[in-house]
Amino acid sequence: MWIYEKKLQFPIRIKNPNPKMATLIISQYGGPDGELAASLRYLSQRYIMPIPEGKGLLTDIGTEELAHFEMVGTMVYQLMKGASDEEIKASGAGPYFTDHGRGVYPTSAAGNPFTAAYIQSKGDPIADLNEDLAAEQKARSTYEWLLRMADDPDVIEPLKFLRQREVVHYQRFGELLMKVQDYVESKKYF
Amino acid sequence: MTVNDRARLLDEIRILEFMAVELNLYLDNNPNDHKAIRDYNSFTKQLMAVKDEYQRRYGPLSNFGTALSQSPWAWLNDPWPWELD
Ligand SMILES: [Fe+2]
Repeated sequence: MWIYEKKLQFPIRIKNPNPKMATLIISQYGGPDGELAASLRYLSQRYIMPIPEGKGLLTDIGTEELAHFEMVGTMVYQLMKGASDEEIKASGAGPYFTDHGRGVYPTSAAGNPFTAAYIQSKGDPIADLNEDLAAEQKARSTYEWLLRMADDPDVIEPLKFLRQREVVHYQRFGELLMKVQDYVESKKYF
Repeated sequence: MTVNDRARLLDEIRILEFMAVELNLYLDNNPNDHKAIRDYNSFTKQLMAVKDEYQRRYGPLSNFGTALSQSPWAWLNDPWPWELD
């Protein structure tokens, strides 16, 4: 069971529309290293975790990623909302607008729709946690590329918060991997 | 001004909840850290109190039986989180 909380994890109040930026940030909504992929990955991998720490951490980070999914969707929504058709046309956001108007759709910045092929659930906790470490690093670099293309503090602050969360998740997954490795080793010899 | 009051309470909730999330993830890997559990419980108590105050004034933050509703059905009160939260 999940319970929705009617608030963002980090406040987002974007005053100036920027349709082009919306169609770049959308990649963290439905792109290869985005928040939807992250959430789906951890919430699917948790079933076969052999120790309670693993079941807990994957459930909890998978849940936090859903809050990030909502933050990214909010940024896209607010960046598109006040933009006129003319501004959208001039900004180069026309291809996205053609397919989705001012709506929020899980796609990559390059236009590939979301697919479960972005994630793996291998039935092997060591393999899965190694994937998770790489996934957090890839999400971190995506936020860094986005930060290089952003110039509005209303956009930069939430992106920096999201980038920092990837660093923390990476740290926690690294600690968990060592625990799971110890557990698997102990099973081999006793 | 009530809009500012609402935003201020929401920010307080966010800060306390952030502490709880951080400690929660840490405790998932360190379930025997009693000092961290004390901190977690202390932030959680403060968070529950601020949430209670917020919900009494502005309506439920969560539904499905986790908070009482005013009449009419206060879950639908604007704004939703994506509307300039
Ligand atoms: Fe993450």
